Amino acid sequence: MDVALINPFINATLNVLETMAFIKVVPGKPYVKKDNVAVGDVTGILGLTGIANGTISVSFEEHCILTIVSNMFGETMERLDDDITDAVGELTNMISGQARRELEQIGKVFKAAIPSVVTGKNHSIRHYSDGPKIAIPFNTDGGDFTIEVCFER
Amino acid sequence: MDTSIKVLIVDDFATMRRILKNILKQLGFKNLVEADDGTSAWDVLENQSIDLIISDWNMPKMTGLELLKKVRADSRYAGKPFLMVTAEAQKQNVIEAVQAGVSNYVVKPFTAEAISDKLEKILR
Repeated sequence: MDVALINPFINATLNVLETMAFIKVVPGKPYVKKDNVAVGDVTGILGLTGIANGTISVSFEEHCILTIVSNMFGETMERLDDDITDAVGELTNMISGQARRELEQIGKVFKAAIPSVVTGKNHSIRHYSDGPKIAIPFNTDGGDFTIEVCFER
Repeated sequence: MDTSIKVLIVDDFATMRRILKNILKQLGFKNLVEADDGTSAWDVLENQSIDLIISDWNMPKMTGLELLKKVRADSRYAGKPFLMVTAEAQKQNVIEAVQAGVSNYVVKPFTAEAISDKLEKILR
């Protein structure tokens, strides 16, 4: 996979969460993920089409997303409910939009679909292409989350 | 800035409607109405007196851009201020929105200050 496709998603993730949830996010080392099991309890997934077709997903541990959404709403969120599911969809949408803007600046134009959200312990993430899945772990004071970027070979 | 006006917030994500409502309330706006896509927003426009539309772009049924074009094409609503708040920030998106007559444009993610600044410009 073209490495230039990865960094915009890292930058977008930092920007979206710091701006909307006022939370400090520390990226870890990217790795190639071999299985389809989500590294988290709730995942937003979104299809991208353009110079390459693929998907991005964002999987949050429960405590992490509860902290993030609590900050976004200015009130304490205590469980994974419809409000959290909706917020994960919108966060995925914003990360995609921000990353696509950066990608456009290097001549790579993508369109995005409307995101879907999956919840539950050990749920699967179904990427739309068979390319390598690059996972980027992130740490926050509220817990961890992981982005996966997967484009066709 | 007149905060007594009636504002229609259009977004398919309840999260974003909630965040925008919180910001608008902090700015002093009390008269807030919501819709979850362009079609529902049009129904609200037909049945209530709306002074300002704040809309997302990428929504099912009727997108924000389609709503904007429909508003500008109807003499009853053509003059209404229309703020686009969207993750769609590629150059072509901005050009299309400007050509369709958007009053101003805020890119997600945004700060409360960014919303306040754009509203000051639109409503002064």
